Amino acid sequence: MAAVTLLEAKGLTRRYSGLLAVDDVEFSLEKGEIHAIIGPNGAGKTTLVGMISGRVSPTSGTINFRGEDVTSMSAPERVMAGIVYTFQVTSLFKPLTAAENVRLAVQRRQMTGFAGKLRAGDARVLERVDECLARVGLAGHADRVAAELPYGHQRLLEVAMGLALEPELLILDEPTQGLAPAEIVDFMALVRKVAETATVLIIEHNLKVVLELSERITVMDQGRVIAEGSPDEIERHPAVQRAYLGA
Amino acid sequence: MSRPTSDRALILHLAVLATLLLLQLVLPAYHHTNVARIMVYAVLAIGYNVLLGYTGLLSLGHAMFFAAGAYGVGLTVHWLGWGPLAALAAGIVTGLAVSALAAVVLMRTTGVAFLIVTLMLAQAFQLTAQYFKDLTLGDNGIVIADLPPVAFDWSIADPSVKYNLAWLAFAFALLLSLLLVRSPLGRVLVAIRENEPRARMLGYETAHYRVFAIIVSGGLAGLSGALYALLFGYVGTSMASLQNSTLPLLWTLLGGPGTTLGPLIGTGFMFYLVDIASSFTSSYLLLVGLALIALTLWLPKGIAGKLRQRWVPWLP
Amino acid sequence: MTLSQIILALLEGAVGASVLALTALGLSLVFGVMRVINIAHGEQVMLGAILAWATAQMVGGGPLVGFLVALIVAPLLVGGMAVAADYLVLRRVGYDPERTIVATMGLLFVAQQAVLMTFGPDAKPVEAPIYFRVQFPWFGYSGYKLIVIAASLVLLGLTWWALAKTRIGLYMRATQMDGEIAQAYGVPVHRVYAIVFAAGAMLAAIAGVLIVPIRQAYYLMGGEFLLLAFIVVIVGGLGNLRGTMIAAAVIGIGEGMISVLFSPTLSKIVATLLVALVLVVRPGGLAGEGDR
Repeated sequence: MAAVTLLEAKGLTRRYSGLLAVDDVEFSLEKGEIHAIIGPNGAGKTTLVGMISGRVSPTSGTINFRGEDVTSMSAPERVMAGIVYTFQVTSLFKPLTAAENVRLAVQRRQMTGFAGKLRAGDARVLERVDECLARVGLAGHADRVAAELPYGHQRLLEVAMGLALEPELLILDEPTQGLAPAEIVDFMALVRKVAETATVLIIEHNLKVVLELSERITVMDQGRVIAEGSPDEIERHPAVQRAYLGA
Repeated sequence: MSRPTSDRALILHLAVLATLLLLQLVLPAYHHTNVARIMVYAVLAIGYNVLLGYTGLLSLGHAMFFAAGAYGVGLTVHWLGWGPLAALAAGIVTGLAVSALAAVVLMRTTGVAFLIVTLMLAQAFQLTAQYFKDLTLGDNGIVIADLPPVAFDWSIADPSVKYNLAWLAFAFALLLSLLLVRSPLGRVLVAIRENEPRARMLGYETAHYRVFAIIVSGGLAGLSGALYALLFGYVGTSMASLQNSTLPLLWTLLGGPGTTLGPLIGTGFMFYLVDIASSFTSSYLLLVGLALIALTLWLPKGIAGKLRQRWVPWLP
Repeated sequence: MTLSQIILALLEGAVGASVLALTALGLSLVFGVMRVINIAHGEQVMLGAILAWATAQMVGGGPLVGFLVALIVAPLLVGGMAVAADYLVLRRVGYDPERTIVATMGLLFVAQQAVLMTFGPDAKPVEAPIYFRVQFPWFGYSGYKLIVIAASLVLLGLTWWALAKTRIGLYMRATQMDGEIAQAYGVPVHRVYAIVFAAGAMLAAIAGVLIVPIRQAYYLMGGEFLLLAFIVVIVGGLGNLRGTMIAAAVIGIGEGMISVLFSPTLSKIVATLLVALVLVVRPGGLAGEGDR
């Protein structure tokens, strides 16, 4: 299968008052892969992903997505282009129910034109909401208030909202943080299922998860990419062992 | 979210409107005028609620939109001799224009900055109206009297014409707000209120939605002001005062921010409270002050909010 | 316009600026430390002015004695009211930004109407405590106004000293940086809040006492002070006391000059629009700090 490049970042740099958070990074994603970014705290992972999702604007460099330059697009525009980000710290509409949270994501693509913004379009939207909740295994929790869900379920709800946006690229920022081991196993299965329809970019601290789940891994340290390759290559890479695995 | 709920809410709103329409047949003259006034003010409160209750933006400048609508009527009647309907249209357009202008200025402003900028804009508006006193007649204001009939022989001076015009505007505002909050658009506004960064990452350009909310909110305030000028015959600079900006805040908080019927409840309740109080004191504003303090302490969700929380969860 | 006109305008502006600096300092202190926007701050100036008039009526022995008594009584009374408001209202809503705004707005109306009901609607003149004119080459100028400038400078210096050199000042700065951490280190945060709210009120009240021989006491005078203090605090950067002082000087003098040379209304329009602009372009000036 010939690899198709989905996203390509060139010379991506972000400076915070003198401090280089991300320093001249080249980065690309193949369509359909599960790609992980690892690295110690402060390596610039979240900043890099922030620039890809549009939450952080780069100091210099360009980002191409599906052959189109998206560097100057705002975050909402990128969501509509297919780049969807789920938050590191769960960020939900707390007083709303799980279904209403997902509905806000589902309805986004229906809201075209004036009529689409006013018409509820109920039946079809609600059907999609149920579908998305079912995909992450929250079917039975549709009417529960988000704030009252257990933490693991809140993380799943985040993913459901991401899926509801019909992403081309789904970015998961430390998704297994705070989950119990059993929940992590389920979560990995879910990510594999998601990867059938979308490219997944994942920031993850749990190295076991990363090595087991991803097809390609990028290692960052001090704002730079220090290695990239398959899980096997990364495990053996000397620079990685020194900087990250601490061997 | 299921069907019957929505219909129940719609029926309730239509019943409220029908009751208000029929009320004019039984009300004594004094309360007849009062209810007409309450409905005009409630339009302002409904507009205010779109911003505070649903979008989560606290404005201290709604008196500016109200006054803009009123001046649209007052100036066209006084200087150009326009008839009531043309003047009303001018008032609505003026209110919308000022709202649109303010919305563009306020597009990226939220939280405390939003509150202060709205306050400043309203102050600047009032001062400007005072500064051009040759045009606006300054603090003395414009008195509107002897207008030609609205249509046929319906004179503005006729109480039942007043009442029904007020009812029409109120019905429009109430149904608009109901339509809005049950639409995808309304849900986005609530999302912005609850968690704006998240709403952006769901693909919503939140600044645009805020602009929309400000225009709807200010437009309704302008409609209220235009109607006030037309029905009650006076336009003055004090209409744009901070005190006037706090009234819709008070009504909305009292009635219940984020509920469609809250503004009407709050406006009616406060109107009669002040009405009763002013029969034995001239400082009815003392009551307004005490009510504001009491509300923040004991009833932060307002009357309708409390009702929804306790007994009627389906209240929109 | 002649040189003498300009110098006169400058002097008038300096008087306005010094009173404004006192008012804005109080507002800035309260926002900086407590994150509370005190909409009733202008009423505290008004209460100071009214109390100055009331003491002048009650105390015999001439305007100077009345003035000196008022300078002590007014801030104490207004500060006491502020402590009561803090205890009865602000603390009970947990200093939530929006709810405190609504509550202080309620306090605004209560103060205004209470004064109206007690003292009536007319403006009340208070005689200047001393009467002498300073003779400039071009015109004579009220000596009292020069004293106002001097008194304000002394008070600003005192506040500065209290913040920089005393234990309570240290507590205030710690609370301003992070209330929770300060509390963890044993700072009595609730007491600091009460003191700060009282201090802001006292500064406002003193400004009221100082201004009343120039301006008269009137139950609706608070709004104007609130507006200008807001403007200064925003332009200067909230919680930034040095910025507040500079902004007070620039805006106070500018306002005074435009008022004298053109029209007071015009100067206020310019100032309000200026603030709106500052906040729109740089919302961080206030919002970045103010948002929870």
